[in-house]
Amino acid sequence: MKLPLYRPDPANTTRYLFFTGKGGVGKTSLSCATALKLAESGKRVLLVSTDPASNLDEVLETTLTNQPKPIAGVAGLHALNINPVEAAAAYRERLIGPMRGLLPEGALRSMEEQLSGSCTVEIAAFDEFSGLIGNPETTKEYDHIIFDTAPTGHTLRLMSLAKAWDQFLDNNTSGTSCLGPLAGLEKQRAIYEGTVKILADATATTLVLVSRPQLAALNEAGRTSGELRALGVGNQCLVINGMFETKCPEDVTSQAMQRRGLAALESAKDFIGSLPSFIVPLRPINILGLGGLRVLLDGDGEAACAPKLAIEWTPPDMESLEALVADIERQGSGVVMTMGKGGVGKTTVAAAIAVMLARRGHAVHLSTTDPAAHVAQTLAGQVGGLTLSKIDPAAETAAYQAEVLQAQGAQMDAAGRALLEEDLRSPCTEEIAVFRAFAREVGNGTDRFVVLDTAPTGHTLLLLDASEAYNRELQRQSRSTQPEAVMRLLERLRDPAFTRILLVTLPEATPVHEAAALQEDLRRAHIEPFAWVINQSLLNSGSCDPLLQRREEAEHRYLREVVEKHSARTAWLPWQAEEPTGPDALARLAASNLLTSSSL
Amino acid sequence: MKTIQVYDPPMCCSTGLCGNDIDPALVSFAALLTQLSQKGVKVERFNLGQQPMAFVQNPAVKELLDKEGVDALPLIFVDGEIHLKGRYLTDTERETLARTVLGESAEVVS
Repeated sequence: MKLPLYRPDPANTTRYLFFTGKGGVGKTSLSCATALKLAESGKRVLLVSTDPASNLDEVLETTLTNQPKPIAGVAGLHALNINPVEAAAAYRERLIGPMRGLLPEGALRSMEEQLSGSCTVEIAAFDEFSGLIGNPETTKEYDHIIFDTAPTGHTLRLMSLAKAWDQFLDNNTSGTSCLGPLAGLEKQRAIYEGTVKILADATATTLVLVSRPQLAALNEAGRTSGELRALGVGNQCLVINGMFETKCPEDVTSQAMQRRGLAALESAKDFIGSLPSFIVPLRPINILGLGGLRVLLDGDGEAACAPKLAIEWTPPDMESLEALVADIERQGSGVVMTMGKGGVGKTTVAAAIAVMLARRGHAVHLSTTDPAAHVAQTLAGQVGGLTLSKIDPAAETAAYQAEVLQAQGAQMDAAGRALLEEDLRSPCTEEIAVFRAFAREVGNGTDRFVVLDTAPTGHTLLLLDASEAYNRELQRQSRSTQPEAVMRLLERLRDPAFTRILLVTLPEATPVHEAAALQEDLRRAHIEPFAWVINQSLLNSGSCDPLLQRREEAEHRYLREVVEKHSARTAWLPWQAEEPTGPDALARLAASNLLTSSSL
Repeated sequence: MKTIQVYDPPMCCSTGLCGNDIDPALVSFAALLTQLSQKGVKVERFNLGQQPMAFVQNPAVKELLDKEGVDALPLIFVDGEIHLKGRYLTDTERETLARTVLGESAEVVS
């Protein structure tokens, strides 16, 4: 499949551009590079970023705030950065601040936790956007406004239920959840409506779906595309970022990497063929400065390879997964959970741990939520003492939705039901449904090892904590709806002798920052991760491909951040030419460790 | 006209959907309130997470919060008098409440 390079055409670009895609696909770099290109062609451009880690200051060589700031050296380019976490915090403070001194500390704390969910973050960010889109006055001096993120289908559907929303804000007695956080927002409803309208206007807005040459990432982009198209956001294109073509045909690592990318494109060819699709070649990881941004869209392969960096830090030796397992097995039973964002290899790591524990003579149960579940399937009947099960998020969510709709059912009018159904499509619903299945599995860890590739977020756990007092009351009345497994869950997860949590990440900026955020979230719930696992590292790959060598060096920065800032204990897994399947391949992966020159 | 006021603990919704389990008592209670308000009962529902001022402005609520913390919630008032504290109504209690505010003969699907 031959796709054209992504080269934004200044003569043929809509006023609004939204870049969307999973964390780590390169939304921020691509939106910056696009903004730069349009500005250099003489357009006046406003770049709006929502990067919580603020890598952007480094990329644009400018310290950004939440107000438009000119970018030095690029006439016509302004940028601002909305930190979604800070926006949500500011929103929380607007509600909670005035209550300090008026309400007891416990009440303030429970308010705060309730307003810490992903819904609040998402809606607070939409509120900030709306000020820029729905109110033409604020942006009239720009030809293009470029966003490095886009509202989700869930947010857009909520906004288009504006009629019901009005009623909700007026009397607030109906049963709705995700509209709740909207009640405290300051901006006008007319602005929200204007925003939804502009998003659906193909002459005004382009949605740029950013993906990687990986099947899971392309499938995810396909789902987002379909969902937003159904809501009228029809002007879409696809950019596949990081296509790799090796310069070293004799090198095994780079050959395998190239093959995997092409195979993913082939598997997703129906989706790719359904809309204008482009590629951006793989670059060295560190896109720094305006020069780096120009290279992203315009550089040829040679220019993309920056000169070799001076070695200023040598990574320490890092443990194998097997070494962690040797520690974990001492407790004889308990729960091991792998956590991290999608695509970092949670299932592979969980499967490798399960195999190691079983081979050391323990009874082990491996439970995965991976929809493809290839890794787990290849273990069926292969390892003595290992049993398998699967949590299917779609099935669990459907069962939960059916249960709620049945309970609420006929007693609601059509408008109320529409809101309830939208609540049930919220990201929280899946989290809760999976959580219930998760609690079941954790309860089995008392007489064996239970290994899980999923875990609830700290936010969900704290909500559980908050409802515990209420549950005790129900139990006293012998009509608790919570099984014992759920009642004891939090206590078990907080017990470091029962539960070991492994945070899995890739040695790249976004996955590391997302894992660090997860760790913070867990700490709020008084849960401390046992170790971090760096997955798919190119370090010591021995590749002769100059681009892969540069990427190998670029990993240092993120390894260093993990080792020095985030983790007490770090295991390391090398990049694999083939997806490790079957017990032997997993055991080999788990045995790999990193010996660096510091010990040679 | 009868009035019912409910002071809920902080939750993102009045059905409790976003919690970690469905509480049927809470879901049925929300449905009952919808019905009662359609039959002319004045229903006011306040969520600590979203309308904290309402909790401060009602002296009875404020005092209980100060004394017992969030465990005192939910607080359910009928015509300004505390009807129930610290939990939602059971099936039979819901029927009783419906009869109290609507009159003995009322039919309630609950």
